[in-house]
Amino acid sequence: MSSHNKETVSFEFKPDDFLMAENHSIGIDRVYPAQSYWKDVLSSFLKNKGAAAGFIAIVFVIFMAIAGPYMNGYTYNEQIIANQNLAPRVPVLEKWGIMDGSETMSTSTGKVTVNRYIDSKKTTGLEKTYYWFGTDVLGRDMFTRTFMGTRISLYIALVAVLVDMCFGMSYGLISGYFGGAVDNAMQRFAEILNGIPTLVIVTLLMLVLKPGLATITLALAITGWIGMNRVARAQVLKLKEQEFILASRTLGAGDFYLIFKEILPNIFGQLIIMSMFSIPNAIFTEAFLAFIGLGVPAPLASLGSLISDAFKSFTTHPFMIISPVVVLAVIMLSFNMLADGLRDAFDPKMKEM
Amino acid sequence: MKRYIVKRICISAATLLVILLILFLMLELMPGSPFNDEKLTQSQVALLNAKYGLDKPVFIRFLNYVKNMLSGDFGVSYTISKNTSITTLLSTRLPISIRIGGQAVLMGTVVGLILGLIAALNHNTILDTLTTVISVLGVSLPSYVFALGLSYTLGYQFKWFPLLYQQQEAVKSSVLPTISLAMFTVATVARFTRTEMLEVLGSDYMLLAESKGLPGWRLILIHGLRNALIPIVTVLAPLVVSLMTGSLVVEKIFSIPGIGSLLVTAIQSNDYNVIVTLAFIYSAMYIGIMLAVDILYGLIDPRIRLAKEDDYEQS
Repeated sequence: MSSHNKETVSFEFKPDDFLMAENHSIGIDRVYPAQSYWKDVLSSFLKNKGAAAGFIAIVFVIFMAIAGPYMNGYTYNEQIIANQNLAPRVPVLEKWGIMDGSETMSTSTGKVTVNRYIDSKKTTGLEKTYYWFGTDVLGRDMFTRTFMGTRISLYIALVAVLVDMCFGMSYGLISGYFGGAVDNAMQRFAEILNGIPTLVIVTLLMLVLKPGLATITLALAITGWIGMNRVARAQVLKLKEQEFILASRTLGAGDFYLIFKEILPNIFGQLIIMSMFSIPNAIFTEAFLAFIGLGVPAPLASLGSLISDAFKSFTTHPFMIISPVVVLAVIMLSFNMLADGLRDAFDPKMKEM
Repeated sequence: MKRYIVKRICISAATLLVILLILFLMLELMPGSPFNDEKLTQSQVALLNAKYGLDKPVFIRFLNYVKNMLSGDFGVSYTISKNTSITTLLSTRLPISIRIGGQAVLMGTVVGLILGLIAALNHNTILDTLTTVISVLGVSLPSYVFALGLSYTLGYQFKWFPLLYQQQEAVKSSVLPTISLAMFTVATVARFTRTEMLEVLGSDYMLLAESKGLPGWRLILIHGLRNALIPIVTVLAPLVVSLMTGSLVVEKIFSIPGIGSLLVTAIQSNDYNVIVTLAFIYSAMYIGIMLAVDILYGLIDPRIRLAKEDDYEQS
């Protein structure tokens, strides 16, 4: 010890021995005004640009699906054979050289640009005719048909949400709430149904019933609810042991009051997200069925059957396939972005599913 | 673990049996009989019925049916190619579909992992945004949109790849179908890898590994990606479904002689026997893959296995 005292050990501090903590790690309390749950959800939803864009796109598509088929004089099933395979022509845009009714065709001698609306050598009778998205092989207006098809896709979206909300939700809630043998039986049934590919269920249904909107709706109703059932059940299992349920039960609340008035409002956010995610899936299934020829019967059109029809002539007239593909892509994209945004808004902790 | 596997296998077997029952009932309830020649007398029909075991009770016939289906005796095709046994029809088509599906899974997973890694390592940069855009597009667009786009540009305009499948050029002509099928897998895997990697990179053990001075690649691949991989296994089963439905359309677009295009043709020409057989094969493959994924998942991560066992005991 003594030796230590004799030696004077001196420390010298350099300027960079101690660093100031970085600004962001210094905790500064900020006070936020209290916000109600739904207000909070709304504000964080509006901050998400993708979700807001998706929402606006969906509103626009819905508007076009309602009003689009009446915007020009054509109907979706009126065939004008003389006007078949006409390229798109739009009044203002044609002056800029795009969508002016001309299309480039490759022939054996090379590429030729043809405009069947205007011909300098003769009158075609189509100088005053405008098909905004062109016509199909039977001379039907693609614009009207595309938005008639959009109606079907939106109807499918509605069916998906209804199936989820009515059947899947109740199934999961009841199964999770009662537990025990009820839950076991209900979940094993769902599991077995889930083990059969949707593709197989739909194909078999088509054998028994006629292809058409009703069959597609039925197929979606049979398979669409299983995912929602799982989410609802998992959420109920989390909540049902909590004190507020016990309190309500002590006050004499019955099972169904507890399920639908106490538990349901608490998990509604998650359920909305789940049903939003099932919309693109359902639209996808319909478009796929239509593509392999199991869609709505002609002359009705869905986006899938329009794509399927246009595919047959798509190397010669590629414009026919563009409008239904673009609308389908916009619908799918915007529902996906909306669902993503809603998930972040309702539950920031919830991870990608 | 054993308990878990046994339960999974039981459920899968039950599902397969339910499917067989549905298919059998559909065949039973269809009007008509195999012996509808007017020249046959009552006793001859009875003899024929006895010969093919059709006079037995329903239950025995169902057992026979299950035995036939499981041993690969599917009967003959009615309309597509008359009286050819379906087993011969399948023998050339099944390998093609499985090869293209396998290629798509492989390509989708590898590309998806790489994209997800790039996005996670360059979080909040232009690369990250680009990957997110790709994955949102891949999830949102049906595979036939990609198939049509690719076959129009690379196939029709640039003529790099054949527009339709050619048996002689099996490799070259399977490029476009594989890419269009893989897009959904790429998108989903990239999305999951990105989220999982971001979480893993922010964890304490990564900080520890970094402060121990591990080289960067080792840090990311051995310590990071390995842990991020586990949840990605969960998305494999849904991806198989999307591949199955996708293959129908993509095989039709590129006219690939696989089982997907066979099913489409069978549906359009009402070839009942072929549809039933393919429904069985699709279901069997699907159930097998789901079972494999579930067991694999339990083996990889004991936490999940325990949680699932708990789940089973609770329910």
